[in-house]
Amino acid sequence: MGAVSDGRVSLTARGSKSSAVHRSQHPAILLGFCEAILSWNSRSRVKTRVATMDDDDDDDEAMRSNGGAVDDLSSRAGKGAAGGELMDVEAYAALYTGRTKVARLLFIAGRCGNEAMQLEALRMAHDEIKKGEDSHLYREVTAKIGGRLGPRYALDQSWADTVDRRAEVRKEKLENELTGYKTNLIKESIRMGFNDLADYFYDHGQLGDAFKNYVRTRDYCTTSKHIIHMCLSVILVSIELGQFTHVSNYVSKAEQTPEQLDLVTHSKLRCAAGLAYLETKKYKLAARKFLETGPELGNNYTDMIAPQDVAIYGGLCALASFDRTELKNKVLDNINFRNFLELVPEVRELINDFYASRYASCLEYLENLKPNLLLDIHLHDHVETLYTEIRHKAIIQYTHPFISVDLHMMAGAFKTNVAGLEKELEALIADNQIQARIDSHNKILYARHADQRNATFQRALQTGIEFERDVRAVLVRANLIKQESILKAAKKP
Amino acid sequence: MAMESVEAVVAHIQGLSGSQEEVAHLHALLKQSEDALRSQAARLGAFLHQLDPSVHTLGYLFLLEAYSSDPVCREQDGDFLLSIVEFINSCSAEQIRLAPEKFISVCKSFKDKVMQLQVPIQGIVPLRTAIRKLQVSSEQLTTLHSDYLLLCLLAKCYKAGLSILDDDIFEVDQPRDLFLYCYYGGMINIGLKSYRKAWECLHNVITAPMTTLNAIAVEAYKKYILVSIILNGQVPLFPKYTSSTAQRNLKSHTQPYIDLANCYATGTFAELEGCIQTNLEKFQSDSNLGLVKQVLSSLYKRNIQRLTQTYLTLSLQDIANAAQLKTPREAEMHVLQMIQDGEIFATINQKDGMVSFHEDPEQYKTCGMIEHIDSSIHRLMALSQKLGSLDEHMSCDPAYLTRIGKERPRFDFDEFDSVPHKFL
Repeated sequence: MGAVSDGRVSLTARGSKSSAVHRSQHPAILLGFCEAILSWNSRSRVKTRVATMDDDDDDDEAMRSNGGAVDDLSSRAGKGAAGGELMDVEAYAALYTGRTKVARLLFIAGRCGNEAMQLEALRMAHDEIKKGEDSHLYREVTAKIGGRLGPRYALDQSWADTVDRRAEVRKEKLENELTGYKTNLIKESIRMGFNDLADYFYDHGQLGDAFKNYVRTRDYCTTSKHIIHMCLSVILVSIELGQFTHVSNYVSKAEQTPEQLDLVTHSKLRCAAGLAYLETKKYKLAARKFLETGPELGNNYTDMIAPQDVAIYGGLCALASFDRTELKNKVLDNINFRNFLELVPEVRELINDFYASRYASCLEYLENLKPNLLLDIHLHDHVETLYTEIRHKAIIQYTHPFISVDLHMMAGAFKTNVAGLEKELEALIADNQIQARIDSHNKILYARHADQRNATFQRALQTGIEFERDVRAVLVRANLIKQESILKAAKKP
Repeated sequence: MAMESVEAVVAHIQGLSGSQEEVAHLHALLKQSEDALRSQAARLGAFLHQLDPSVHTLGYLFLLEAYSSDPVCREQDGDFLLSIVEFINSCSAEQIRLAPEKFISVCKSFKDKVMQLQVPIQGIVPLRTAIRKLQVSSEQLTTLHSDYLLLCLLAKCYKAGLSILDDDIFEVDQPRDLFLYCYYGGMINIGLKSYRKAWECLHNVITAPMTTLNAIAVEAYKKYILVSIILNGQVPLFPKYTSSTAQRNLKSHTQPYIDLANCYATGTFAELEGCIQTNLEKFQSDSNLGLVKQVLSSLYKRNIQRLTQTYLTLSLQDIANAAQLKTPREAEMHVLQMIQDGEIFATINQKDGMVSFHEDPEQYKTCGMIEHIDSSIHRLMALSQKLGSLDEHMSCDPAYLTRIGKERPRFDFDEFDSVPHKFL
């Protein structure tokens, strides 16, 4: 198969990659892997791919560096892949750092049905945890691995104990220092003390305590820089804890500082806000926030979110909740966002297809993206809702310009059969999203515009009837109450 | 005072039934001799013949009341009914209004007798005349209204009940009358299948001010639930002006009906039938089974009506599937019935087995429609004038003003004081 020389992934691009071969066993792949790591370490955004390697597998590596969160399309193109969708776990995880990397890997391991992928994810999680200091998480992961990956990945009790001991020592030291600072009453050192203590708790996985301590630094913040630092830390911890109300609060706090925020921090806050809205199902607001994120975000926020995620979340939420004008103005004509979309060409293609009414290919892209999105830690609950919304919007948009629509053609465009389409249309009509009627005999959909004049007469007469009824009832009741009060007045003396 | 003999009373009556002052005088005399009359009830029959009901109405009334309150006389007299009917037909209205309780008690014993003899139909016309004579204005509710409606119900002469029901009632003497009146009114409307009016009547019963729960309200609520389902598909919440007694207690006494309403909301036919089966005896004992069966058939209608909103044409088979009917034949029958009742506008094409749904052909352009709109407007204007005058009247009421005056905020002297000081 020919190497594709620009970053765009076409559906037929990756032909021969056999997913049964384990990547680490193939020397050429290792070469490409190192290349990829080098390019990530240099933190350059790879927009387009330079064709330096002819090897198919290396193509795949480099192409993965373009759209890491997006799946390996070839295996889904039905080339006999074992188990179906195989996401490139390594490439995906390489987009993130810190605790979110571990959390995402564990999530994938828990959710994917594929044993190989699960083990891969657990292995990577294990390696990542060993670099850190969280012994609790370590025990968890080794328990999940259950010895399947060999002796190197079994529970190393000694390591865990050393880490725990070190932790105790450090904690004591920090707490002593903090009490020292408190007696000295120097704001800055108290703040640093609390901050260090919170960092310690964060490294050791005690997120609740970390949260508390970060919040405590608030009283000792003197400059806006301090406040922003505190807000960002709190946001990070809250996202991991899943407390998105705090996220929104602290984002607004950070934005209220009198000093002008630098662009990177601004982008970070936008992302955090977008994520909070996404989790609370406010898709329109989430889309707006993601779309306002500047390209300066780059790889600065990898301990929470990757730029590919911004593109995917923003693109899908926008598609599900914006109307056509907003979609054009804010997404298609948005230069900043274009940078993000380049990272995930599928999303760019699918938005373009939707806008140009090529619904079949749009829906196909969506289907292809779906399995990986279900493995995403923030998006998985919302995939179904967003997809149904997008599908409904597509159907409504399709029927909007026509007086009559042949249901057979429409079913072809939406890759469904006429009966299923009729059911979907029935639901949308009953919901008043489409003004039309179905001619079930000839299988045609006719647009119907309500006669305003008749409707007005009807409503007026109806209001009259209700008014009459209510006023009559009021008069009777008033009379009754009057009688009662007369009785009471009569009884009093 | 000395017990006047019946003869003396009769003489008074005959003498003093001329002008109004005489009648007033007579009234006073009669009130004094009530006990005497009662004790001599058995003999009164003969004396009645000496009096002319149209002229000596008041006296006749007193005698008749004493006579009819004696159970023995009632049993024995074969002409009892006839004599009362005659009296009602020929009595004079002004004199009756001087002693309304007596009149009412006479009519009540008349009604009891008619029911006892199981000929309620005989009582309808006389009672109607009685109501018309007793009423000061057609807007007044009397105790006789509910008795009249009861007789109509028992005799199944619903249309006769309509003539009284069509009058709007605005003045009520006894709240208890209203409950019974509206309840029976609701039942008559249900019998005539005018569910909208039935709903109104029953709504009045349950939202009437009441301090203690009464059985009439409970029964009315049961029917109210069923009628609401047939009309609207759901039971509305209590409006704000319902008394708190009603809101708190009505639901606990009518649980099977509320279950039925919930079952209906879910929409499947089988569940609804199941629900009805489980509560069958309760429905029967409340004699609401007929209504419940109508609820069942209204489920089909509602499903079919929903289809008219989404489809232009639909095959009978699809209608049968959507409305959970068994065969297209049944669907056709239902659709036909609904077309005839004017609930939907459609044509059935038997050759293709298709039904085409149409829009409501009413264009609101005919003279008839314009007249209808015009008369509605006038009626509503009259009603709102009434409402306005009631409001004015109340805001001049001293009790109201005192109450307002007490609760208004402490003022400073610049503010306009809305309540004159004399009412404080």
